[in-house]
Amino acid sequence: MTTTDMPRPLDADAKQPVPRQRPRKTAGGGFRRAVPATTLLWILACLYGLPVLWFILSSLKPASDLFSYPLTLVPHNPTLSGFEAAWDSANFSQYFINTAIVCVITTILTVGVSCCTGYALAKYDNRWLKAFFLCILATTMLPGEVMLAPEFLVVRNLGLYNSFAGIILPAVLTATGCFMFRQFFLTVPDELVEAARIDGARELAIFARIMVPLSRPIMLTLAILSFQWRWNDYIWPLLMLNDPNKFTVQIGIQSIVGAQNINWSVLLGASVISMIPLIAIFLVFQRYVMGADINAGLKD
Amino acid sequence: MTKRAPDVSASPPRRRSKYTLAPLVLIAANVVLFALFFVWPAVIGLLYSFTNYTGVGVFQWVGLDNYSHLFGDSTFYDALSRTLLYTVLFVPLNFALSLLAANLVVNKHAKGSSIARVIFFIPWLLSPIVVGVLWRWLFGENFGLVNYVIEELGGGAVPWQSNADLSLLVVVMAAAWAWTGFTMLLFIAAIKNVPVSYYEAAELDGAGPWRKFISITLPSIAPTSFIVILLNTINAMKEYPVFVALNNGGPGTSNNLLVQYIYETGFKRGQIGYASAASFVLMLILMAVAIIQLIVNRRVENR
Repeated sequence: MTTTDMPRPLDADAKQPVPRQRPRKTAGGGFRRAVPATTLLWILACLYGLPVLWFILSSLKPASDLFSYPLTLVPHNPTLSGFEAAWDSANFSQYFINTAIVCVITTILTVGVSCCTGYALAKYDNRWLKAFFLCILATTMLPGEVMLAPEFLVVRNLGLYNSFAGIILPAVLTATGCFMFRQFFLTVPDELVEAARIDGARELAIFARIMVPLSRPIMLTLAILSFQWRWNDYIWPLLMLNDPNKFTVQIGIQSIVGAQNINWSVLLGASVISMIPLIAIFLVFQRYVMGADINAGLKD
Repeated sequence: MTKRAPDVSASPPRRRSKYTLAPLVLIAANVVLFALFFVWPAVIGLLYSFTNYTGVGVFQWVGLDNYSHLFGDSTFYDALSRTLLYTVLFVPLNFALSLLAANLVVNKHAKGSSIARVIFFIPWLLSPIVVGVLWRWLFGENFGLVNYVIEELGGGAVPWQSNADLSLLVVVMAAAWAWTGFTMLLFIAAIKNVPVSYYEAAELDGAGPWRKFISITLPSIAPTSFIVILLNTINAMKEYPVFVALNNGGPGTSNNLLVQYIYETGFKRGQIGYASAASFVLMLILMAVAIIQLIVNRRVENR
């Protein structure tokens, strides 16, 4: 693995050949090749985009129009009443704040802990580290869902039942995070560490002063992934939280779905609101997700 | 590991084991978390699976009773076979769709691929619960867009919710749709790592796009395909929230998968010991899947 695997805008090398080819090839040949590829791409993209579009546009319809035939794609008189009803109903704003707190704390802890572990696994070499590497690998094969009941008992015995710590702590260790950092630090030349050692820097200072700043792109990538995992987590918060004031957004949405008569207007509003933070974060930091060689974190 | 063998073997003399304290400090937090939330649950889970523990109070050692009950429990078999069916449908569908999307996105003739890539990725950002809600909205029997379009075209309403198999099919499509973005990223990274010279050589030999895909792309991305199949199998075996939001494991209990079964026996009926036994069966299945795939992968790579 060389430094070419580093996150960088993928488009840079994807676009480059296009202008160079055009003068050489006849315009017709390029066109004939572009049409099928572009058509297929956009048919597939429409299949993926339409459900989301329909969902969002539906959420802008007033409750009375939701089921009125004929169905229309674009709402006749768009309104935000569904969102308002969702926000006011059932403590949804509280759920939102709870979820944000859990996500932010978990993400910070995950990034910090994974960075430390990844660095140790990449730059040091001893028996214990190798054993621990295998242990982390084992956690990918056996996700928390297969041990729901015993894990619940452990967290309860630790006195963390019905607290945010009970959701946050079990989620901090992630194999993907550790492997992403390990993979990154493997590409950092050992000479850098050696030079700092010769200058008399202490081991942990090398890590904190030199290595942590270097790994900033990976930190962002992992932060986005971790935020997504926690924001969308459902079953674990459901088990852990008993107090409705501590519920997360996903539990709130599921409680609307689970009702005897689903109030679709509120449900659509609540669902769309819950999507906004992640989509906003993603659009801002897009290149850290799209450009990252996420593969490297999982494959070894 | 095998791939990086040369540069790793070059560095050991430098990475001496005289530094033991610093790495231990660095991994300390994760070691504690690993012990607390992985080793401890695994150990007590195994122990409780031999008891009739209900979560509170005293419990008795019941030996293998839980396991023998489990293998005589038709609900468990239904959940297990439904989970396997779901996995068998979901993994190939997601694989094919993601690979298609990745190939189209990296195709330099396709216009607007950077926007399309974002469109493919957005479903992955939605939570499983929202994905379930979204597809429930699309595939509602009396109000969904899909049935509306089918009826407009002259067809009859399709029982997407009340037919158990169609209901499962909707979940398979929803999950494949939602997971495409992430799997596609893995494939894009792999496809971009295939040396361009292979394609140029094939082009000189007169190979068409399909031939290039079969003979160059597919073999070159085999390690990634392996990871994708492994991860998706694990994800499919533990699926729960999409089902809950889309049809609540219904109609009736026909689409209750294993995790839902564990959840309902363990937490709704309080049979922690029995649920732990079911968890261990799921765990053994996942381990078997991982081991089989590792062996197959070795075989393929050594050929």
